[in-house]
Amino acid sequence: MKTEILMPSLSPTMEEGSLAKWYVSPGDKVKPGDIIADIETDKALMEYESIEEGTIVELIVKEGTENIKVNSLIAIIETEGAEEINIRKVDDIKKIEPVSIDNNEQVLSEEGNLDNVDKNFEDNKMLNNETIENQVVNELTVREAINSAIAEEMRLDNDVFLMGEEVGEYQGAYKVSQGLLEEFGSERVIDTPITEHGFTGLAVGAAFTGIRPIVEFMTFNFAMQALDQIINSAAKTNYMSGGQINCPIVFRGPNGAAARVAAQHSQDFASLYASIPGLKVIQPFSAEDAKGLLKSAIRENNPVIFLENEILYGKSFPVNIASEQIIPIGKAKTISTGQDVTIISYGIGMVHTLEADMKLKELGISAEIIDLRTIRPIDFDTIIQSVKKTNRCVTVEESFPVCSVGSYIGSQIMIRAFDYLDAPVLNCTGKDVPMPYAENLEKAALITPDEIVFSVKQVLYKD
Amino acid sequence: MNKTVMSKKELLELYHKMLLIRRFEEKAGQLYGMGHIGGFCHLYIGQEAVVVGIDAIKEKGDQNITSYRDHGHMLACGMDPKMVMAELTGRFTGYSKGKGGSMHMFSKSEGFYGGHGIVGAQVPIGAGIAFANKYKKNSRVCFTYFGEGAANQGQVYEAFNMASLWKLPVVFVIENNQYAMGTSMVRASSTEEMFARGLAFNIPGKAVNGMNVLDVAKEAAHAADHCRAGEGPFILEMKTYRYRGHSMSDPAKYRTREEVQKVREEKDPIDMLRSILIEKHKISEKQFKATDAEIKAIVTEASDFALNSPEPDIEELWTDVYAG
Repeated sequence: MKTEILMPSLSPTMEEGSLAKWYVSPGDKVKPGDIIADIETDKALMEYESIEEGTIVELIVKEGTENIKVNSLIAIIETEGAEEINIRKVDDIKKIEPVSIDNNEQVLSEEGNLDNVDKNFEDNKMLNNETIENQVVNELTVREAINSAIAEEMRLDNDVFLMGEEVGEYQGAYKVSQGLLEEFGSERVIDTPITEHGFTGLAVGAAFTGIRPIVEFMTFNFAMQALDQIINSAAKTNYMSGGQINCPIVFRGPNGAAARVAAQHSQDFASLYASIPGLKVIQPFSAEDAKGLLKSAIRENNPVIFLENEILYGKSFPVNIASEQIIPIGKAKTISTGQDVTIISYGIGMVHTLEADMKLKELGISAEIIDLRTIRPIDFDTIIQSVKKTNRCVTVEESFPVCSVGSYIGSQIMIRAFDYLDAPVLNCTGKDVPMPYAENLEKAALITPDEIVFSVKQVLYKD
Repeated sequence: MNKTVMSKKELLELYHKMLLIRRFEEKAGQLYGMGHIGGFCHLYIGQEAVVVGIDAIKEKGDQNITSYRDHGHMLACGMDPKMVMAELTGRFTGYSKGKGGSMHMFSKSEGFYGGHGIVGAQVPIGAGIAFANKYKKNSRVCFTYFGEGAANQGQVYEAFNMASLWKLPVVFVIENNQYAMGTSMVRASSTEEMFARGLAFNIPGKAVNGMNVLDVAKEAAHAADHCRAGEGPFILEMKTYRYRGHSMSDPAKYRTREEVQKVREEKDPIDMLRSILIEKHKISEKQFKATDAEIKAIVTEASDFALNSPEPDIEELWTDVYAG
């Protein structure tokens, strides 16, 4: 019988990939375990093995085809068996909907959402005085932006180096450090053993002498093993030494929920690190901010926690800054101006926020949207100025609700702008549970645009 | 390099330094009792030969880093007793402007990287300082001190692995004073051979009589040569003993008075060097008395300086959280 060979999903967040190479042609016999193709994603190149025994009938997708959705038909194999099954026509391939294994599909599969982001960026370039004339605007993914920030800073300063698990020869567990080993060599792009507590302490010691490590955690979940060195050594030594020994170091890597990786791999550590004096904490949303803020972080003379997001790595944004430009730490960005309510978010919370904003516009609600970008220090000037205008505020973040970034912002607004508030500040957060695995439960644990819309209606006293 | 055959002058300097640490620590204990020093205060009395012996063979630019039992290390590497005592008493004139205290003092100019309060945390940091030495190709060695209690921390072995893998110029000095707070080594360690703890990582190690400053200097010189030759880390287990409790608040009920007394009488590092100075170099009682007086004056001056120094201005609360 004829059996479909489908585009495989090779990682928890993979939605599509390229067919880099076919190892088989029509007429070839294959056995289970035979490599039939190389599949490439923005993260990795993987060999694809047959699970069937039979003869290749047809290769539906040509070698070199890009952006093939997961579960699309890519080839047909004749296997031994009685029943003939329906094979989809080649023409149908483009119509095949990806069966997303990603619970953020409501966000990620809606192209319009990121278009909205782009539009907002274009509309508001002048808003934050970050536009420079005669600049070339490039489309960059967040991954490319981070990679270029590291490369540019390493070119400028020989004391900057990158270390972490799989940053070198493997080209980065999430391909963020792709190409850096080739350019800078193994003395400056250093593969470490799996030893977070150890290499974090080692990097802190190196930074105490004045050289500038960039430490990549494969994810910030693993940085929990190194929390003592981050908090007790990196953050406090400048103070404890009366200003003699500072620690110019960047801790960076993906943070927050990815997709279907459950409790130990899905959490936003922003509020945890933001509570520690001596640290600076950044969580960018756009590629431009990721680049400009990482460059600032690398030049910073203090330890910086730079929280990236796996889901955002592959997203493209217009990047409007030249290589020598940086974006200052501690400045929020007003993404769009509005009159009725201020929505404050950061990181991937911005994805939900911008989607909610489209729905709010349909309802005739004008929201002022602020991307915090830096979680410590928080830009309260921008926040308070906005709240004094709109008199209402909703915060949006993916982290747990207890002692969240939003709860602190709410308390500060109460202290600094009490008389301007027409409603309590509401916090939209992830649910107060460890992240569950089941797809429906995971979706229920995360914030949704609808929850944001609901909160905005509440502060506006609308049904 | 052979710095281990020492002249009379050099031996007198070692004696002077060890005695300075002893008297300084006795004064610190006294000031603690009077309430001038607060918090935790871990005295180094009994272990003086370790840091003084190692300091004798250090080269200019070599670094050292240790735990919270750090007063001796600071005095040995040439930090000013006045500023150390001022820090102990929480004064603005101290090394950390009064913000670090006994356990957290630093002097970048003397290559002293602290002063760390979390047991074992200084070990990967020390390996990192050595990493920077290698990165900068400056042929400096980082002496990384920790106790036999800290040697049971996991991060020590993470540091061992990387130090050996990358051949970092670091000498791991395990100051085995036999008690991790109140727990004797035999009650906490599956083996008694601390110097062999690096064998699984291909790091050579050696046990040293840490009560004999000359043995310490000789073996430390050998270990430092090993590092400078690009051979990677070396472990020195310094068998030593602390006379006082773990900290000032430790009544030391876990060992007998007789045990302590026996070490003091038979193995004291200062008495041992004094005997050599008398026998081989004919140092007279009068000369020793002059040294005693000189050291007493230094310690008194340090104490007076500290107690007459102002506390940090309240505005200092907010400075140095971030570097400029």
